[in-house]
Amino acid sequence: MALELRDIQFKYPDRGFSLCVPQLTLQAGENIALVGPSGSGKTTLLNLIAGILNPHQGSILLDGEDLTLLSEQARRQHRIHRFGMIFQSFELLDYLTVRDNILLQARLCKNVKVDNNLEVRAKHIISELGLADKWQRNINALSQGERQRVAACRALLLDPKIVLADEPTGNLDPKNKQTVLNKLVAECKQQQRILLTVTHDHSLLPTFDRVIDIASLLTPESNSA
Amino acid sequence: MSDIFYLSLQYIRYHKKKLMVLTFAITLVSWLPLAMQSIVEQTAEQLSARANSTPLVIGAPGSPLELSLGSLYFRTKTPNSLPYAELAKVAASGYAQAIPLYYRFNAQGNPIVGTNIDYLVHRQLQIAKGRHVAVLGDAVLGADVAKKMALGVGDYVISSPESVFDIAGVYPLKMKVVGILQPAFSPDDQAIFVDIKTTWVIQGLGHGHQELNNKASMAQILKKDGDNIVANASVNQYNQITAENADSFHFHGDNNQRPISAIIPVPFDKKSQALLLGKYLEEQGRVQIVRSPKVVNELLDTVFTVRDYIVVGIAMVGIATAIVAALVFFLSLRLRKGERFTLARIGASKIQIFLLMAIEVISVLFVSAFFSSLLILATESYGIQLLQKFLLT
Repeated sequence: MALELRDIQFKYPDRGFSLCVPQLTLQAGENIALVGPSGSGKTTLLNLIAGILNPHQGSILLDGEDLTLLSEQARRQHRIHRFGMIFQSFELLDYLTVRDNILLQARLCKNVKVDNNLEVRAKHIISELGLADKWQRNINALSQGERQRVAACRALLLDPKIVLADEPTGNLDPKNKQTVLNKLVAECKQQQRILLTVTHDHSLLPTFDRVIDIASLLTPESNSA
Repeated sequence: MSDIFYLSLQYIRYHKKKLMVLTFAITLVSWLPLAMQSIVEQTAEQLSARANSTPLVIGAPGSPLELSLGSLYFRTKTPNSLPYAELAKVAASGYAQAIPLYYRFNAQGNPIVGTNIDYLVHRQLQIAKGRHVAVLGDAVLGADVAKKMALGVGDYVISSPESVFDIAGVYPLKMKVVGILQPAFSPDDQAIFVDIKTTWVIQGLGHGHQELNNKASMAQILKKDGDNIVANASVNQYNQITAENADSFHFHGDNNQRPISAIIPVPFDKKSQALLLGKYLEEQGRVQIVRSPKVVNELLDTVFTVRDYIVVGIAMVGIATAIVAALVFFLSLRLRKGERFTLARIGASKIQIFLLMAIEVISVLFVSAFFSSLLILATESYGIQLLQKFLLT
């Protein structure tokens, strides 16, 4: 499995920001850190790969299938089935418990049944991330770091092919930072997933197989915010 | 779909206080105008039914409304009176059966209605316990009075004095409860029925006292002239009529001049009713005859006008509440913008997101409609009784 970006061009209609990526290839089992200054387009690039945004030009090929040609509905299905996402702002729902937040994506997926097996798997992941005792807690009762781990657990639950993580350790203390990252890397390596992680924390970079500076990806036409 | 319902349920559970307040407000404003309408209509029905069963009332000249309300609901403080002789005149006319009513007195706020057994028959009032009034001093209680005063057959009820400062006026009379009526869901439930003569005793027009024609009473006699005996104030006056002293009770003066509040003529047929009405309309000034349904309908017209104003007022409050509710929903949807964004990013379809948002609104409206319907049903079944029980008694 490989993910390939070719001649991607994207521009926000209401902002002066544009992104041009001529070529990027990510291989199965590869752990990549994406670094760069704030506003340089790292999150936009993750959103383009996930199909949340659609480029104006270029192709995003996943196992040869061009995701940019898919309808919004098909891209959404791809996102649920093949992508696991850890957002910078966690994107957890405040009225749900830890359990329900982890199972949220599964509940939205038509082909996935939320059954005992899935719950056991979710419990297993959350316990490895050190939050087993918070299973039935409301999400508002958790610290920022704990929420970040819940978001990571949700991203891994449906066995995604690609994990896109936007600052997944930004709110964690040094010890938990390394634990969570190690878990993510180990899981992805073991399941031959692609892990693309945006990070500003240079102390974590040795954990990754490859580090990409976004500036090296972009063409001169790119215009950062 | 069940997962969307599950998520919606979690949202409702988490925001239950906000949604409960909203549900309560919508329930209330949707129920109030309908409840008001229902209660007014039921009241009107009851008022009309009682008035229709008593098409004519004869009383002393004065306010027709007061005479109607007094004779139908015993709700007048000091009714004008007419002489008892009028009763015989109505009976002698041959047009109607005449039922006397004297409702001047009360016992702890419950009207004491002096009448005869014909009244109970006319109103189809059934005895639940005990018997009908048989002798002077007997009392039959309406169902509500018996319950409120916690009285049963064999207990006593005491009339209230009209004024504590009037030492020459009405003294309390202790009356024996001989019967309790079945509930009639009418003003009769709140009345105490006695013989008309008992009300005259309460008024002091009849009395009983110790025997003065014996040696033991000699010291109390001031003057004796044939049958006329004048005694001093130490003569023992009875304030209760018992089997032992019943014979000592007597009335002074002409029975026909004693007062009554009203006469209910029960015409034998429509023709008799018209003739009786004609006869008394000619005598307006001395006495008055009123057509209760007409008086009650005039009263109801006023009630309906007031109701219309109230309903319009409540409807305006309802519209304001609906606008506020819409605003609350709108603000809630705005607050959930982040949630919609999250759901879209993790792959929820537009329909799933729409349903998740809509279920909140639909649930509140559905639950409000449900409770409102229940309340309306309850109002139609028990509203009038509850209103009478808690507000009018």
